[in-house]
Amino acid sequence: MGFPHASHAKETPVLSQYFGDPAARTVAGWKQRGGYVALEKALGLTPAEIVNVVKDSGLRGRGGAGFPTGLKWSFMKPGDGKPHYLCVNADESEPGTFKDREIMRWTPHALIEGSAIASYAIGAETCYIYIRGEFTEPLAVMNAAVKEAYAAGIVGPNAMGTGKRIDVHVHKGAGAYICGEETALMNSLEGKRGNPRIKPPFPAVAGVFGMPTTINNVETLVAVPHVLNRGAAWYKGMSHSNPKSTGTKLFSVCGNVAKPGNYEIEMGFPFKDFLYDLCGGPTPGRRFKAVVPGGSSVPIQTMEEAEATLMDYEGFVAQGSMLGSGGVIVFDDAQCIVKHIARFARFYAHESCAQCTQCREGTAWCTRILERIERGHGTMEDLDTLLDLSEQMTAKTICVLSDSCAAPIVSGIHKFRSEFEAHITGKRCPMGATAAA
Amino acid sequence: MKVHEVGGGRPGGDTSHAEHESGTYKPVFVGSAKQELDELLTRYPSKMAALLPALWIVQHERGWVSDDAMAEVAQLLELTPAYVKGVVTFYTMYHQHPVGKYFIQVCTTSPCGACGAERVVDALLKHTRCGELGATSADGRYTVIEVECLGACGFATPVMVNEEFIESVTPERVPQILSQYL
Amino acid sequence: MADAQQVSLTIEGRTVSVPAGTSILEAAKVAGVLIPHYCYHPGLPVAGVCRMCLVEVEKAPKLAPACATAAAEGQVVHLYSDPALDARKAVLEFLLLNHPLDCPICDQAGECELQDYVYREGRAQGRSHEPKRFNPAEDFGGDVLYVTNRCILCTRCVRFMQDVANDPVLNVSERGDRAVIGKFEGKDLTHPWAANVIDLCPVGALVSKDFLNKSRAWELDRTPSVCPNCTQGCNTILETRDNVVVRMRPRTNTDVNHYYLCDEGRMDYRWMNRTDRIEAPLVRHGDRLVVSGWDDALRAAALHLNGKRAFVLASPMLSNESLWMLSRLAKRSGGGGGFRVRLGTEAPLAGVPDLVRRAERAANVRAAELFGFARSDTPLAGMKDGDVLIVADHEMAAADASAIAKASAVIVIGTTMPELVTNAIIALPSTNVAEEDGTFTNLRGRVQQYRQARSAPGMSRPVWWSVGDLLTFLGERAGYYLASEAFAALAAQHPEFAGMTYDSLGLKGQALAGAVAGVAGGASA
Ligand SMILES: Cc1cc2nc3c(=O)[nH]c(=O)nc-3n(C[C@H](O)[C@H](O)[C@H](O)COP(=O)(O)O)c2cc1C
Ligand code: SF4
Ligand code: SF4
Ligand code: SF4
Ligand code: FES
Ligand code: FES
Repeated sequence: MGFPHASHAKETPVLSQYFGDPAARTVAGWKQRGGYVALEKALGLTPAEIVNVVKDSGLRGRGGAGFPTGLKWSFMKPGDGKPHYLCVNADESEPGTFKDREIMRWTPHALIEGSAIASYAIGAETCYIYIRGEFTEPLAVMNAAVKEAYAAGIVGPNAMGTGKRIDVHVHKGAGAYICGEETALMNSLEGKRGNPRIKPPFPAVAGVFGMPTTINNVETLVAVPHVLNRGAAWYKGMSHSNPKSTGTKLFSVCGNVAKPGNYEIEMGFPFKDFLYDLCGGPTPGRRFKAVVPGGSSVPIQTMEEAEATLMDYEGFVAQGSMLGSGGVIVFDDAQCIVKHIARFARFYAHESCAQCTQCREGTAWCTRILERIERGHGTMEDLDTLLDLSEQMTAKTICVLSDSCAAPIVSGIHKFRSEFEAHITGKRCPMGATAAA
Repeated sequence: MKVHEVGGGRPGGDTSHAEHESGTYKPVFVGSAKQELDELLTRYPSKMAALLPALWIVQHERGWVSDDAMAEVAQLLELTPAYVKGVVTFYTMYHQHPVGKYFIQVCTTSPCGACGAERVVDALLKHTRCGELGATSADGRYTVIEVECLGACGFATPVMVNEEFIESVTPERVPQILSQYL
Repeated sequence: MADAQQVSLTIEGRTVSVPAGTSILEAAKVAGVLIPHYCYHPGLPVAGVCRMCLVEVEKAPKLAPACATAAAEGQVVHLYSDPALDARKAVLEFLLLNHPLDCPICDQAGECELQDYVYREGRAQGRSHEPKRFNPAEDFGGDVLYVTNRCILCTRCVRFMQDVANDPVLNVSERGDRAVIGKFEGKDLTHPWAANVIDLCPVGALVSKDFLNKSRAWELDRTPSVCPNCTQGCNTILETRDNVVVRMRPRTNTDVNHYYLCDEGRMDYRWMNRTDRIEAPLVRHGDRLVVSGWDDALRAAALHLNGKRAFVLASPMLSNESLWMLSRLAKRSGGGGGFRVRLGTEAPLAGVPDLVRRAERAANVRAAELFGFARSDTPLAGMKDGDVLIVADHEMAAADASAIAKASAVIVIGTTMPELVTNAIIALPSTNVAEEDGTFTNLRGRVQQYRQARSAPGMSRPVWWSVGDLLTFLGERAGYYLASEAFAALAAQHPEFAGMTYDSLGLKGQALAGAVAGVAGGASA
């Protein structure tokens, strides 16, 4: 549902059905709403059977990379004699993205259920839910729910009375966007600086504590009980454009839009309809100017591109961007694109873990150049320099934070070059006071 | 508004020097805090993994993480103080200096910026009399800092006052919000 | 078909075969290609952070970090393709962004990998117009000064302290471009091997306080040597400026010291420059020692020794050649010899097997024992009344005074006049480790060469030379002109050294036949 707004008729509320319903937060409430049936069913299947259903469903990771979930699980080899771990990525820090927060706030047991199923499917007895430290309310809700789930015997040494051990622990982050990167999260969980690791080895071989590990995003995991309950075919049926993108997806919408919030739609939904109908279009008197559709790390879209997009992994790529984390950031005609691109760059400069030269120095340098342009002190050469630096920050580093800084810069300069040039030739921000919103 | 360094400063300023608690240091991990840590240690296959949670306990008990506390945590988890400090300085939420009674974090990342976050910051600085970002008000009550995306962009502008998460803050709401934190 | 354990790949047109699991960077070394790198160091865990070693691997989707990418069968690697060159040029520009470029006052200048690669592959002109960040320098304790602004955050120093020294006193603090290397107040770099971070630092960010502003790198002469300061036998480079030893640094030998030196050994070089030296042969005339020529002095010594037992107090810091020659002198007269070794605390380097600063603070204890010198706290106890005592650069202790009196005569062969010896009849000037060619045998029986680094003062000669001539005067032909000749003669007489020559020793040494196989003694290549 379009939380905090009422559900729109064109939405398909599966994961978001109980957003805003505090009664769904308890074990009893969750069971009344059909909860923990899937877990019970899963524990009666073999891990391989679960992996196959998830594979068949076409479910792909909702954390940003869109990796097929069943395939990821199949890399784990139950019975190899090593402890396995599940890490739940609830670090949600990508600007524009706030869906996992609502999932945890309203349906904590959905996450526990999905995590328990995944743990069993990958042969893990321990699951860590890594929640960013700023999420005080989701943390409190999740902690209470985990406690209740232990008390009810749903998880613990004898999960659902099956004799299987599934421990679930909530781990609180401490302020670092980079800890959303999967290997940085593992380092952080181990009590280290949140530095991404060089791959290989991949987490399925040597993840957290050096052991085989699977990491999934919150939204990915909460989809799993539904897949088990209603079948792979049902899930796969929710696909309206490319068959490789299936199911429902939560999109967080923010920025200059009439009804910001979380909307759940089926893959392939027309983005134009989404923006103007579900989200209520621009605020009164304004027009949309640009959209960053998948969190701040993806290329910016012009409205032409956005309005031609069908919302799935391939659809966003076809229109010059990416689905990413599903965080839709909308800018209207009162906004200065240069200012926002500079602000994105500042975000990455702040969050760079500092390991890689290109990222540590490049993110800060780009920020300084962009902010200088925004203040009216830029030159045309600065634009060339920015494009060159972006090129050198792309595909050269340990993780893609560096690339993420570059993507909005490159797309911004290519798609909104006139705005950059206006700052340079006019020696000031042409939007003046209005740009402050 | 003050243009600060890329990446932003930390509240209280310079972090390169040791900060000690005044008087003789009293260990944090006694009584229930120690029990809490002992319970935490059962959750992980290594002691080191309890570092972030242990630092949270320190901050909860003392309001900030002093050098003395880092040394105490290091000893308990069989780490070196230098290691612990390297970790503490990585994460933005651990205070390495005392902060105001109410620590106020305002998101100013683009999505919130597009919805007027800067004016919320201005209003907070004005009404708390902090004057500038990172500074603590003369009465010791408030410290205001800008932070990056709080993961609530649809509820611009989110503001955190200590552990409280307040959504959809506008400059107009600021005085009324502050009146609850005196 | 390639061996299952070997993979072959082509790097810059050269095909090499390396064991599976070797990194492209190491494989390139085998091919004779140096891939520029900063964070990689063979003694440290791979970090893969500086991104300087990016190379193009055909058919790979993006450039690969050569230090962190395993060589694979059939790989074709390009170091000088445009994408690889551009990537390095960019890394260098990024590294210089906040770098002070204070080469004129930086001790690293001339041996700085940043300077070298920027000169080779960097842009002629940086493009940044932004102000540089500035951080003050910080004393890290021990011998180490951290010049923050020059740091490229390669983390070698942090990894050394953490993974090799097992004493993580350094950290990376903060993140983004605010990141610096940090330590905890009150916890200094006092680990006994900490100064190695200075050598490991590829730039001038960690500099030696001892060496600060002493010399420009290009003014130094460098000579391969061996640390004389304990029985470990770490391989060194002696650096001299204007004939003065100004620095001792590790020389890589993975059979002995890997890439490292202990702090105490490294710092203990000043005595090599002592100026209170015996500079000419001296012969006693009445109550005075008078300068004489070598022949006169040797003839006088021979006269005193003829028909007498010689007891040799030999320093365990002397070379194999010298100890052997001295042992001949003792043996031919039916005499004996002994030595005392100064003891200190042991200090292992945790991450390297069998690398320890040894308690015995002299290099050649093993050879001294091998050649029949008895190790004792009272080495003169073995001397008989009426023996001629030869003090060969051996330090004297107060307890020795009474024993000296029993000698019929005292002959000194040494660098300086030993304390407590007041009645020497003859003193022959000798060279120290920096002033001669020679070999030591370490505690694991590894024989290693060192070379002359500074000129010998006055008329001084290596001990083996003067003693060889003395033997000749006594009728036992032992005149050698070169240390290598003396060593060859030694090797011919002692089966443990059988087959060894200076050529076969090379610069890495060889283990004695039947030496206890320890890592430091090592099997030599
Ligand atoms: C810089 C960076 C930040 C990321 N942040 C998050 C995040 O906050 N939450 C998340 O689920 N995935 C995040 N990811 C993606 C994760 O690395 C990983 O792909 C994901 O957690 C895998 O789960 P999934 O397969 O279920 O999507 C981030 C990746 C990068 C490179
Ligand atoms: S790209 Fe940036 S964030 Fe990622 S590992 Fe490198 S320095 Fe850290
Ligand atoms: S001080 Fe030197 S070794 Fe340490 S990180 Fe900086 S450049 Fe590297
Ligand atoms: S360990 Fe011994 S040989 Fe090595 S540097 Fe130290 S004193 Fe010299
Ligand atoms: S941008 Fe402000 S909460 Fe995300
Ligand atoms: S040497 Fe390979 S990344 Fe630094």
